[in-house]
Amino acid sequence: MATMEIRSARKTYGTLCVLEDINLSIGDGEFIVLVGPSGCGKSTLLRMIAGLEEISAGEIRIEDRVVNDLPPKARDIAMVFQSYALYPHMNVADNMSYSLRLRKADKPTIADKVRDASAKLGLGALLERKPKALSGGQRQRVAMGRAIVRQPKAFLFDEPLSNLDARLREQMRAEIRKLHRALGATSIYVTHDQVEAMTLADRIVAMHGGHIQQVGTPLELYDRPANLFVAGFIGSPGMNFVEGAVELGTFVMRDGTRLPLPEGMPETLGGATLGIRPEHVTLGEGLAAEVELVEPTGHGIILHLRLAGAVFRVLTTDRRWLTPGDQVQVGLPAGALHLFDESEQRVAPAPHPQQ
Amino acid sequence: MLKTIAHRVAILCFIAFSLFPLFWLLKVSVTPNDLLYSEGVRLWPSRVTLDHFSFVLANSEFPRFFGNSLIVSGTTAVCTTILAALMGYALSRFRFRGKLWLAGLLLVTQMFPLVMLVAPIFKILAPLGLTNSLAGLIVVYTAFNVPFASFLMQGFFDGIPPDLEEAAMIDGADRFTAFRQIILPLGLPGIAATLGFVFTAAWSEMIFALMLISGNDKATFPVGLLSFVSKFSVDYGQMMAAGVLALIPACLFFLMIQRYLVQGMTAGAVKG
Amino acid sequence: MSDSVLHHVAPDRYRRPLRQRVASVIEPWLYCAPVLVIIVAVMFVPLVLGVSYAFRDIQLLNPFSGGFVGLDHFRALGQDDAFFRALRNTLWWTGASVFLQLGFGLILALLLNVPFAGRGLAQALVFLPWAVPTFLAGLNWAWLFNPVIGPLPHWMTALGLMDEPSNILADPSIAMWGPIIAAVWWGIPFFAITLLAALQSIPKDLYEAASIDGASPWQQFRSITLPFLAPVIAITVLLRTVWVANFADLIIVMTNGGPADRTQTVASYIFTQAFKRLDFGYASAVALVLLALLLAYSMVILVLRQRLSDRDK
Repeated sequence: MATMEIRSARKTYGTLCVLEDINLSIGDGEFIVLVGPSGCGKSTLLRMIAGLEEISAGEIRIEDRVVNDLPPKARDIAMVFQSYALYPHMNVADNMSYSLRLRKADKPTIADKVRDASAKLGLGALLERKPKALSGGQRQRVAMGRAIVRQPKAFLFDEPLSNLDARLREQMRAEIRKLHRALGATSIYVTHDQVEAMTLADRIVAMHGGHIQQVGTPLELYDRPANLFVAGFIGSPGMNFVEGAVELGTFVMRDGTRLPLPEGMPETLGGATLGIRPEHVTLGEGLAAEVELVEPTGHGIILHLRLAGAVFRVLTTDRRWLTPGDQVQVGLPAGALHLFDESEQRVAPAPHPQQ
Repeated sequence: MLKTIAHRVAILCFIAFSLFPLFWLLKVSVTPNDLLYSEGVRLWPSRVTLDHFSFVLANSEFPRFFGNSLIVSGTTAVCTTILAALMGYALSRFRFRGKLWLAGLLLVTQMFPLVMLVAPIFKILAPLGLTNSLAGLIVVYTAFNVPFASFLMQGFFDGIPPDLEEAAMIDGADRFTAFRQIILPLGLPGIAATLGFVFTAAWSEMIFALMLISGNDKATFPVGLLSFVSKFSVDYGQMMAAGVLALIPACLFFLMIQRYLVQGMTAGAVKG
Repeated sequence: MSDSVLHHVAPDRYRRPLRQRVASVIEPWLYCAPVLVIIVAVMFVPLVLGVSYAFRDIQLLNPFSGGFVGLDHFRALGQDDAFFRALRNTLWWTGASVFLQLGFGLILALLLNVPFAGRGLAQALVFLPWAVPTFLAGLNWAWLFNPVIGPLPHWMTALGLMDEPSNILADPSIAMWGPIIAAVWWGIPFFAITLLAALQSIPKDLYEAASIDGASPWQQFRSITLPFLAPVIAITVLLRTVWVANFADLIIVMTNGGPADRTQTVASYIFTQAFKRLDFGYASAVALVLLALLLAYSMVILVLRQRLSDRDK
């Protein structure tokens, strides 16, 4: 396994810059998730690490060796593709052993490793099958098997679960996590799904518009998003935002509604945005709001409220009978508030979430 | 219902139009000489004979022409397909300066008036000893067929996801290994289609065969067949029998590959 | 991002070692090299030579020929009525052949795009003419048009298209139809195959959406099928026109330009000049004019196609 270091990496196509100044250190055995909306550059970054895309500037190191000039085969990494990219003309065993055969491993070694990997993934009975005779989940497993037989320095995953249905995705997510714990392999995982990112990652790298927005543990990103983008992207349903300004330690919404801020926040701030997660909003005492939509989730309900002229979502396990048009009062606990300045950056101390 | 009937009838019309000339070829080839004119317009002669076939096979030089054609068309098909596979792969997978220019170059070759090139080609091949030789024909046919075959192969490769060779490269293959071990096996239908396409084209070619070959021992089928026409007494029965024999390999080949042609072009060959 | 990052000075562009940069530039050309070598050697070099012939006096049987004659051939060409007649015939021959091949090919492709029992077999049978060697197709059709040994004149008489069974290849006013029919027979499969391939790549849900929107089959054809096929049709017609215009085999085999030069096209005229009269200089001059015309035609089609696809965007 290996450490990885990305320094000032950049990717341009002609004059179009898709990745700008990427810096990232990855520890040995760490599970890193690159997350962001489509077009944010996360897949390009992964492909640069794999050697499938050239690096326009900067450098990428694997175990202190600069790999910019190395072709994929010399980087000793494995990759699981979104499409799985199983070789259709080879059966499962041949798919998994292709890399070993290319490296001229001897037959007993190949057989051993394929048997090990297929046992880990429960593929033992399928070794003779061609990919087209496998279900989506089985193909996904073969793709993973192909990666682990090699015992590479690092695993790269390019949205490996996005072609599976929701139930299977959940199951495979858990398996990937377990597998990572068992193998302890350095892994980089690309996804646009923030739930996958939260559940899998040791550290999340949130990306947007070709820049890294924030790097941190899942809870760091959830509790202390560095900017509006991260705040809105992490968490589901997404964080509520209200625009306004800070005057004399209180937040003044556009319609004049005032909201006290906790200690340590700036006294004045023009053009600020206040954020609060739907699960931190309390029903009961507080600001008046009107129910616009009720979405039961089974576990609880998501209420869409109109509050101070903005749409506001509340996640509650309280199964109170509400219908659109009802008036409610909501509390915005000071400790759960996030404040962002005009340039969309987080300001002031990290409030601790409500327990 | 009415629509279905109209559809089937239309299909039958096309089939009849396609097959009737071939049927006529067969009919003449089995008509005895004495009935050739008296029953010239009958759909099937009152007596049939295989004499023409046995004569052509036993007493004429057709077996040799047949063999020559087989060698020339077969070798041309293989050479062209190999070259076109490489070229098609480059057009399909690489982004490089001059690619558009290259594709334009291939397109332009399709416009060259063949007859304008015959004399210069003869002049270039003569000192190399490639006139009146099957090898010379193979070289010329390969050159003339390779542009379209390249576009065809490009289309087939466009239909193979690039993920596969990227996976192979990460697995430890260099690009050429990935091409040989992953892309080519998956492109087999396309390769079959291209082989068949080039084979039939080479099998039909007449002008170069006439111009570059002078002796009977190197003549290909079309040349041999035309020599029947130029004789004083044309034996139509024998000529048509020879024609039927000439059709067999081309048609067999074509029947095998035609569905791959449609498949492959679906993948993008004809999108320009 | 913070200001410091926004104004970050980009690091110098990463330069790979020279050897690698050269290798990556060369790599695609290695795949193209064999094809390039052979088409340059067997097509472009002869083309240049052929172009030079157009300005020289090249007659195979005349040992004193070979001198430079400048534009003499082109001057002669300007006064050669046979050439202009051939040019008109070429337009007629190419236009009619390609138009009919496209029309019938499109109909056939649409018919084959409907699933039915035995489609595979039907498809194989209707595509078969493509595999027939052209000289054989020519001979065979010449035979079919012959009133003594072919049925077509009798059928046409029975249908009232003809007063008495006669050979249309011998009638100057309609002789061109002979090679055209043979060319259409031989060429339908090419169009049908390419158009069928294009039809099968049209997403089915487009038709479903259109029929839910209440579009009639004809409206669907006009608003979905045709726009999808247009680029394919453009490129196929372009290639086919060029091939047919250059294609002399059928005419040489069936009519040899006759009767009374009524089926003489530029391609068959070049063939006659070169191989019957052995005047390669003049033949090359004619061929050069044909090449120029075809290039001009292709440019027009490609520009039109570009316009069309730009308009769609």
